[in-house]
Amino acid sequence: MTNYLIAMATFGAIYAILALGLNVMWGMAGMVNLGIVGFYAFGAYISALLTVKAHAPIALGFAAAMAGTALMAALVTLGITRLRDDYLAIVTLGFAEVVRIAAENEIWLTRGTDGISGIPQPLKSTLGSDFNLVYLIFCLVILAIVLFVLERMRTSPFGRVLRAIREDAQVAAFAGKNVLTFKVKAFAIGGALAGLAGALYAHYSSYIVPEIYVPLLTIYIFLALTAGGIGNNWGAVFGAFVVVFFLESTRFLVGVIPWLSAEQLAALREFLVGLGLLLVLFFRPRGLMPEPLPRLAKAKE
Amino acid sequence: MLEKVLQLSLNGLMAGAVLAVPAIGLTMIFAVLRFVNFSVASHMAVGAFAGYMLNAWAGLPAWIAIFGAFIAAGAVGIASDHVALRPLRGYSALTLAIASIALNLMIESAIRFSFGGRPRDFAIPLRRDWSFGFLHVGPQQVENAIIAAVAMALLFVFLALTITGKAMRAVADNPMLADSKGIDPDRMARLAIGIGMGLAGIGGMLVGLDTSIDPLVGFRAILSVFAAAVVGGLGSIPGAVVGGLAIGLAEELSLLALPATYKSAVGFLAIVVILTLRPQGLLGARASA
Repeated sequence: MTNYLIAMATFGAIYAILALGLNVMWGMAGMVNLGIVGFYAFGAYISALLTVKAHAPIALGFAAAMAGTALMAALVTLGITRLRDDYLAIVTLGFAEVVRIAAENEIWLTRGTDGISGIPQPLKSTLGSDFNLVYLIFCLVILAIVLFVLERMRTSPFGRVLRAIREDAQVAAFAGKNVLTFKVKAFAIGGALAGLAGALYAHYSSYIVPEIYVPLLTIYIFLALTAGGIGNNWGAVFGAFVVVFFLESTRFLVGVIPWLSAEQLAALREFLVGLGLLLVLFFRPRGLMPEPLPRLAKAKE
Repeated sequence: MLEKVLQLSLNGLMAGAVLAVPAIGLTMIFAVLRFVNFSVASHMAVGAFAGYMLNAWAGLPAWIAIFGAFIAAGAVGIASDHVALRPLRGYSALTLAIASIALNLMIESAIRFSFGGRPRDFAIPLRRDWSFGFLHVGPQQVENAIIAAVAMALLFVFLALTITGKAMRAVADNPMLADSKGIDPDRMARLAIGIGMGLAGIGGMLVGLDTSIDPLVGFRAILSVFAAAVVGGLGSIPGAVVGGLAIGLAEELSLLALPATYKSAVGFLAIVVILTLRPQGLLGARASA
């Protein structure tokens, strides 16, 4: 049971970093990313390939995962940030599919649907059975650092400009801000965080395979952020743990309704995820922990 | 080489005609309601499964079962929109798009819950390909392309000649003006969703006739459908037809250079290229915020 809880908390931390990444892009800068799972996969593959094939140190794998994913995110947004949000949604959704297709088909590089196994786990041999607990602490420390930096960013001039762009890009441009640069930067930062989460997962599970990176995972992260509170970093973290708890507790539905097949239970679970997202949009569109807004904006409401 | 190009072009045009049908559905809903409705994917699956039941279980021929696909997907579309998306009108287009993704997941998992995830085949006779010189075509492909063409022709007649069709175009063109002329926007929204999702249902069944069906039959095609609508110009119905044919052609011709598994990446590439060079699409009018 302890091992189970440790595993769930680790997933919670990884999902929280993904949700924080989405929060930079969507919550702060107002750019939707329906392909967050693609960036997550991209980071995982970069770090896995570097450490397995090139025997690079794990720390280098993490750094390359973040840098590579940030660069990719910047490239994806460069040409299209001036378009309507819904176009960005379509493009990012497509991006994630292309990443998965490429991972499935470039067998010479990624071993295709067999996946990459034997991804080194840091200090595994010295830690032995303590690895899972230590890795959880490692994930939580990284999460805390990310949260701290993003909270600083949110209240910094950079964060304020992002919020201004989110509310009205034209006004921000009129105030002399280079909207395109800010948007690309926000997307790159969010992408880097998704890449970081991908590397964290790869070196935790030691095995990655394209079928992990399905669009459903993106929906989990959207549910986490909307439930937690779009624009609120603490909300993103809180929402991620709520989603992991929700997903795991539905596993125990088996005990309550034993006559359903495994596939029906899986379908029911996905149905509940969709329903959860809809209900949040209906009744709590600003989430359980709404974004803290500066005084002036509050007074206007 | 030339023979191969011609063969692939023929396949591409027929696949493109099928693709154009759900792309029209998507673009039509966008034109009237002004948001990208991702649940088109699950409504393709609804149509495919309704058609499957009529065809494989009730024994009706495919071209009759297709009416069932249209009606079932249209009805589910109107009902699900009423419950899940209508209460959110007035929120941003993005919120509605995300809500439609949640709805899409719910419908797909409801189908999976009822029918399971394994692939199923329609009860259609295996027929030998027709050969014209060096060109080969499958009779089912031709039948699918004809069904698609008839569905599109009927839609154009409806939009061009009937009062309701004209009213719908008026709403798409200028909702405020249409409202002041006494056109009920709610009724037009329902109609656009009913017809649009019905067309998605036809598209889903046609895709299923060509391959097989499972709850994700629409989702796998959705990138190509979006590509068709975006390349043609989101909101333009003739654009969706042109876009469908263009994407069908591009996907087939990509086989000259790329393995077949990269087909759906072609749609993505087409979206990126068109958004960079001509964001309003080939025949569209508006794209920037």
